Amino acid sequence: MAFYFVQFLTGLASAASLFLVASGLSIIFGVTRIVNFAHGAFYMLGAYVAFTLTERFSGALGFWGGIVVAALIVAAVGVLVEMVLLRRIYHAPELFQLLATFGLTLMVQDIVVLIWGPDDLLGRRAPGFRGAVDFFGQNIPSYDLFLIALSPIVLGILWLLFQRTRWGVLVRAATQDRDMVAALGVNQKWLFTSVFALGVFLAALGGALQIPRDAVHHALDLRIIVEVFVVVVIGGLGSIIGAFVAAVLVSELNAFGILIFPKISIILVFLVMAVVLIVRPWGLFGKPEAAARRTPGLTVNPWRPLTSGERLMSIGALALAAMLPLFAGNYALTVGSEIAIFVIFAASLHFLMSVGGLASFGHAAYFGLGAYGVAFLAKAAGLPMIVSLLLGPLLGLLGAAVFGFFAVQLSGVYFAMLTLAFAQIIWSIAFQWVTVTGGDNGILGVWPDNWASSPASFYWLSLGIAALVATVLRVIVFSPFGFALRATRDSPLRSEAIGINGKRVRWTAFVIAGTTAGIGGALFAYLKGSVFPDSVGISLSVDALVMVLLGGVETVSGAVIGAIVFKAANIWLVSQTDLSKLVLGGFIVLMVVAFPKGIVGTLEALRNRRRSTDTKSALATSRVEVAE
Amino acid sequence: MSMVPTLLSVENLSKSYGGVHAVRSVSFELRAGEILALIGPNGAGKSTCFDMLNGQNMPDSGRITLLGEDTVGRKPRAIWRLGVGRTFQITATFPTMTVRENVQVALVSYGRQLFNLWGSTAAYARGEAGRLLELVGMGAYAERPCGELAYGDLKRLELAIALANQPRLLLMDEPTAGMAPRERIELMRLTARIAREQSIGVLFTEHDMDVVFEHADRILVLNRGSLIAEGSPEEVRGNPQVRAIYLGEGLVYDARHREGAGA
Repeated sequence: MAFYFVQFLTGLASAASLFLVASGLSIIFGVTRIVNFAHGAFYMLGAYVAFTLTERFSGALGFWGGIVVAALIVAAVGVLVEMVLLRRIYHAPELFQLLATFGLTLMVQDIVVLIWGPDDLLGRRAPGFRGAVDFFGQNIPSYDLFLIALSPIVLGILWLLFQRTRWGVLVRAATQDRDMVAALGVNQKWLFTSVFALGVFLAALGGALQIPRDAVHHALDLRIIVEVFVVVVIGGLGSIIGAFVAAVLVSELNAFGILIFPKISIILVFLVMAVVLIVRPWGLFGKPEAAARRTPGLTVNPWRPLTSGERLMSIGALALAAMLPLFAGNYALTVGSEIAIFVIFAASLHFLMSVGGLASFGHAAYFGLGAYGVAFLAKAAGLPMIVSLLLGPLLGLLGAAVFGFFAVQLSGVYFAMLTLAFAQIIWSIAFQWVTVTGGDNGILGVWPDNWASSPASFYWLSLGIAALVATVLRVIVFSPFGFALRATRDSPLRSEAIGINGKRVRWTAFVIAGTTAGIGGALFAYLKGSVFPDSVGISLSVDALVMVLLGGVETVSGAVIGAIVFKAANIWLVSQTDLSKLVLGGFIVLMVVAFPKGIVGTLEALRNRRRSTDTKSALATSRVEVAE
Repeated sequence: MSMVPTLLSVENLSKSYGGVHAVRSVSFELRAGEILALIGPNGAGKSTCFDMLNGQNMPDSGRITLLGEDTVGRKPRAIWRLGVGRTFQITATFPTMTVRENVQVALVSYGRQLFNLWGSTAAYARGEAGRLLELVGMGAYAERPCGELAYGDLKRLELAIALANQPRLLLMDEPTAGMAPRERIELMRLTARIAREQSIGVLFTEHDMDVVFEHADRILVLNRGSLIAEGSPEEVRGNPQVRAIYLGEGLVYDARHREGAGA
């Protein structure tokens, strides 16, 4: 009994940091409507800065002062980020905001390693809380008791701040209606900045307070952000009480889940999240989300099938690509195969995003499932390549069917957070269920059969499948189903009013995209000859998002161009610099600020502008843009 | 009149939010080919009533019988499948599609082809879409992007979409809101003509009394959630209780008519 009670207290102590970070995320979202992906990065920065300060200044004052000053320093960094970056993208679509803040996260990962090195850092114990309290023969660290007491205190302070101060009233008013607050003459800029500063302060404090309990390392950000997303999905975005209750719930589930499923404790959290989503789609304390902002430029030109000239050009480009083995070496062909595989992956996500308006932040899950599916079939069952290639993607289909069912209950930022959390769950399974997946060592020796083993023949295989997938997806875009899917994206109200079951349509799209991604993953397993948890990882999901954005969301086949450009640049970049995350992150941020329409979208806009020389249509276009 | 079938029958419909009775025991019937206006001052419960008929809101009690079926608790899309067309106070269309494609999507749904992955939407029911667009006077705009349309044209497009499932009943929430006076009259004339020709019942809410008195066959007046009057335009106009509620608007209406008659 005592053991379970101690386990319960450990859960409560872990909830403290989670609550701090989640409440910060919720406060920022409430006012600015930005889901700050970089919140995990601020949490990690808080831990690193606190580590340095507490090492530098000794004693109780040094420690506690160091923790608070660390949070203040990081909050100041947050203010800078808000003023330089976020102010430019408050009116951008949510997807772009998520992506820009993710770009920041990538940059911080490299910066942290540059400053503090790649090794785990062990922080000091907290002065005054070094010992443990004896509880019926079980030890409870006294620092845990301090953390348990802290979160209700922080909750109380936040409550007072929001209920009893003028600033708090303004924040609550802005949470309900930003435009009205602006109309009443409140200086929005500084309100937003101060809210962002408070949110970042809470995140950094959460990180700093963890150093006596946990080693500081450069993967903290993604670990916490996934948990925080789970917390806000359960508790409801924008609700501080919700963040508190859900943080306790998730931490307790983790604490006891370890006892029940030692290897894959995250399953328990997932089950609870699934139940909450079905019963209360907007979380325990959340409110239904307002309609999502439309992507800019949506109204400019409707999609049309390729003209015969364009079709000829595409076939010509494909034929040209097919001739690559005539003059390129083996390395170039392997790179070519990889690019073709990523065309498949990006096209599958693009289908979901552009036609369905569903920005999945965890699309790699289905890519990776396809890869693992092939690895299981080829290694464990010993099936020939052609059979594995056909059946392996079915694992992606299965995963997409299960997770997609829950994900399509939501939309917008909730959808993005949920897909990310699902992907992370699959990653944890791949990483932790060592007996089946090989864990970090992966599954090796997945080699193609003889007929596809030469770089040239594998390249042709990948190119052929990529062309097939891109064509099939294009056909689906213009099929009745494609239009039904677009209808649910364009106007949920109208599509429901003409008899379209939006959830079932979106679920089908999710399964199509997941299966297609699985095809890419299946090829990828044979290309690399192995499968690792990385194939399910967040960074791969984000690579896909960047490819789609680079190509342009509001295009039919922009992802093909985006994948080619991104993958080629990425392979080159990794060979040139160790700081590829920093460069990539900076690139993402720049892209979001400067070219929100992507390569193909920008080209199309330019072409349209040149075409419409007569003033009438130019006027019409500008009117449409103003109306946006 | 007794030969005309009842399309919609509402019995003792009620809905309250906390202590506020938004709709109190409202009952009425609507027959095929009839144009019925639901009016009342702001907050009278018109929208709540409408949302309950449309399946967007659950009544606390009462019965709604639409085309012979009890529809309480059904989703909007299920009610649409029964043969109910819907237009919204603020138009809801698909801005990234052309005008024709907007209608084609509705036809795809009506033809139960939503999960057809391989066909071509462009070729699907092209003629029928064109016919519907001609019917509402939008034939010339078929290939225009819907996002470029003026508001009045959007309203007409919405009417074409609402007609795609060959409805027996049209539910129109403030069909002329946000339109210029001339457009209002044209749109309602068009609606009335189509309703008479195809024997479609129309239930609409409206703030513009000119539109209501000119086009409605019958008028229901809601006030504070209760039905206070029901009858022909003349009866309702003469009703002292309605006059009391609508004092301002009623006077303006009479004054305007006198002016109009003089000019």
